[in-house]
Amino acid sequence: MAAPIEVSGSDTEAQPESVLAGVDRKKIQGRSLGQIAWLRLKRDKVALTGAVVVLVLILIAIVGPYFVQDPLAYHQNLIDPTYNRPKGGFWHSGISADHPLGVEPGTGRDMLARIVHGARISLLVSFLATLMSVVIGTIMGITAGYFGGWVDYVISRAMDAFLAFPLLLFAIALVGVVADGAFGLSGNGLRVSVLVVVIGFFNWPYIGRIIRGQTLSLREREFVDAARSMGARNSYVLFKEILPNLVAPILVYSTLLIPTNILFEAALSFLGVGVIPPKPSWGGMLTLAVPIYSSDPMYMIIPGMAIFITVLAFNLFGDGLRDALDPRSR
Amino acid sequence: MFAYIVRRLIGAVLMLLLVSLVTFGIFFWLPKLAGQTTDQIAAGYVGKAPTKEAIQDTKERLGLDEPVVVQYGEYLKALVVGKDYKAGPVTDHCPAPCMGFSFRSSQPVLETLLDRAPATASLALGAAVVWLAGGISVGVISALKRGTLWDRAAMIIALSGVSLPIYFTGLVSLALFSYSIKIFPGGGSYLPLTTDPVTWFQSLVLPWVTLAFLYAAMYARLTRAGMLETMNEDYIRTARAKGLPEKTVVTKHALRATLTPIMTVFGLDLGLLLGGAVLTESTFGIPGLGRLAIDSINTGDLPMVLGVTLITASSIVVINLIVDLLYAVVDPRVRLG
Repeated sequence: MAAPIEVSGSDTEAQPESVLAGVDRKKIQGRSLGQIAWLRLKRDKVALTGAVVVLVLILIAIVGPYFVQDPLAYHQNLIDPTYNRPKGGFWHSGISADHPLGVEPGTGRDMLARIVHGARISLLVSFLATLMSVVIGTIMGITAGYFGGWVDYVISRAMDAFLAFPLLLFAIALVGVVADGAFGLSGNGLRVSVLVVVIGFFNWPYIGRIIRGQTLSLREREFVDAARSMGARNSYVLFKEILPNLVAPILVYSTLLIPTNILFEAALSFLGVGVIPPKPSWGGMLTLAVPIYSSDPMYMIIPGMAIFITVLAFNLFGDGLRDALDPRSR
Repeated sequence: MFAYIVRRLIGAVLMLLLVSLVTFGIFFWLPKLAGQTTDQIAAGYVGKAPTKEAIQDTKERLGLDEPVVVQYGEYLKALVVGKDYKAGPVTDHCPAPCMGFSFRSSQPVLETLLDRAPATASLALGAAVVWLAGGISVGVISALKRGTLWDRAAMIIALSGVSLPIYFTGLVSLALFSYSIKIFPGGGSYLPLTTDPVTWFQSLVLPWVTLAFLYAAMYARLTRAGMLETMNEDYIRTARAKGLPEKTVVTKHALRATLTPIMTVFGLDLGLLLGGAVLTESTFGIPGLGRLAIDSINTGDLPMVLGVTLITASSIVVINLIVDLLYAVVDPRVRLG
C-alpha cells in the first residue's frame, strides 16, 4: 500500500493566491445558485422580454384603472345605428385618438378602459388562485414525499382523483350553485372568491406531484440524515431543511401555473360564470364577440390578443426561469 | 396480469364513488353549507317560477330534509338499482343508472346524455387523431434537430399554441375559413354522421383543427422534452453501438419510452373531452355534452348538470383504466403484476 502522496510543503502545492497576486480579490468569489440562475436568466433575451411584459402588465393592472376612462360609460354617438357597430375607424372598430383601442359595438364603451379593468380581474384571480394551489400543493407534496407509507398513498391517490375531475364543469356548476349571496359575500366579491377557490383548489395536484417527487429524493440526502441524527423534529426537517431546497421548483411552477389560471379565468368568463357584467372581463368580451365576429372582427381580436400576450409573456418567463434554475440544463 | 386488472377495476370503482361523492357534495351539501335553506335548494330543482306545493313536493321527492348521509345513500341507490318517483297517483320508474329527470324537458337525464354523446365523441376522437399525429411527429423531429431553425420555429409556434384560448382561435378560424374564404360551413351546422356524413365531416373540420392545434402544441412540447431525455439514456447508446439503424433506435427504443408519460396525459385529456368539449362546442355551436352542460346551467337545470359532470368523470376514469392497461403494450419495461 503506497503512502498518501506527500503534498504539504512541496513545490507542487497549489497557491492560487500567488497566481492571482495583484488581482482584485473580489473576482474569485464562488457563485451561489441564485447568482448562477440570475446570470443565465440575464442571457436569455426571450425570457427577459417575457419578464418585462409581465411587469408592465402587473403595473397596468394595479394603476391602470386610475388613468383610463370609465369602462361603463356609453358613447352612443359613436355607434352607427343602422349596423349597430362603431362609426369609422379601422375595420369599423371606432379606433380614434380618444379611444385608442376603439369602442364596443352596440354600446360605444371604451375598449382600452375595458381591457385595463379586465387585466385587473384576470391577474387578481389568477395570482390568488395560484397562491392557493401552491400552498396546498406544497404542504401536501412535502408531507407525502417525506413521510411516505400510507400518508403518501392516501395523498397520491387524492391527487390522482383530483386530476380526473372535470375541472371546468365543476367550476361552472359550483358558481351556479352558490349563485347569489353565500358565506356572507355577494355580487362580484363572491364571484371572485368562488373563482379563486375553485381554480386554486382543483389545481393543487399539479404542484403537489412535483413537490412530492422532489421531496422523495431530498429526504434521502445526507443533510437530512444529519439534522435527524442531531435530534431535529419532523417539523424542523420539513420546513428548515427540505423546504428551502424546494424554493426553485415552487417558483418555477408558480410562474407556469399563473398563465394556466389566466386562461381558466378567461374560459369561465367566456362561459358566463366569471365576474358579473357590466364589470369588464376579457373572457366576457369574447362571449359578446361570438355572434358578431364577422362584422366586428376587431372586437374579437382585441380581448383575444390581450389574453394571448399575457399568457405568452408568463409562459416565456416561466420557461426561461425553469431553464435558468435547472442545474442540468445548459 | 389478471390480478392487476382486478386491482385497477376496484380502483376505478372507488374513483367513481369518490367522484359521485364530490359531485353530490357540490350540489346538495355545499349549498347548505353556504347558508341556503332546503326550500331554496328545492326551488332550484323546480323551475323558474316555483310554487309552494312544487317546492314541498320536490323536497319530499329528493329527500332534502334528510341528513346529508342518507341523501347520498339514496342518490347512490338510484344510480345502482334505479328509483321510483311518485308523481301523484302515477309512479315513474327510472331504471339504473338513474340520474333523475330534467325539469326543463321532463326527459330522463340519461336519455338526453346518450342523445348528445355522439356529437362530442365525433369531435373529441377526430381531434385526438389529428393532435396525436401532429404533436408527436413535430416533437420528435424537433428533438432530433435540436437547436436548428426548425426546432426553434416549431417550439415558438407550440408555445403560442398553448397560450391561445381555444375560443379565440376558434373564432379567428371561423372568421378566416368560413366567413372570408368560404371553404367550411359556419358555426351551428353540425349534423349527425348517420343523417348526413358529408355535412358531418365539413362542419367538424374547423373544430377538429382548432381543438387539435391546442393539444398538438402541448404534446409537441412534451414529446420533445421526453425525447431529449431518453436519447441520453444508456440503452440508446447500446442500441446504436450494436449497429441498429438510427430509424430503429428512434422509433423502437426512444419513442416507445417517451410515449408512456404522454399516454398518461392523453388518457386524462381524451377522457375529459369525451365528457364534453365545453369551449369548442360553445364556439362552433356543436350540440354535444359540453354545450348541454352550459345550456343546463344557464336554465338552472341542475339534474342535467349533475348528469354531465358524472358522465365526464366516469369517462376519465374508464379511459385512464384503458390507458394503464395499454402501458404494457407500448413500453416493454412495464410489467403488470
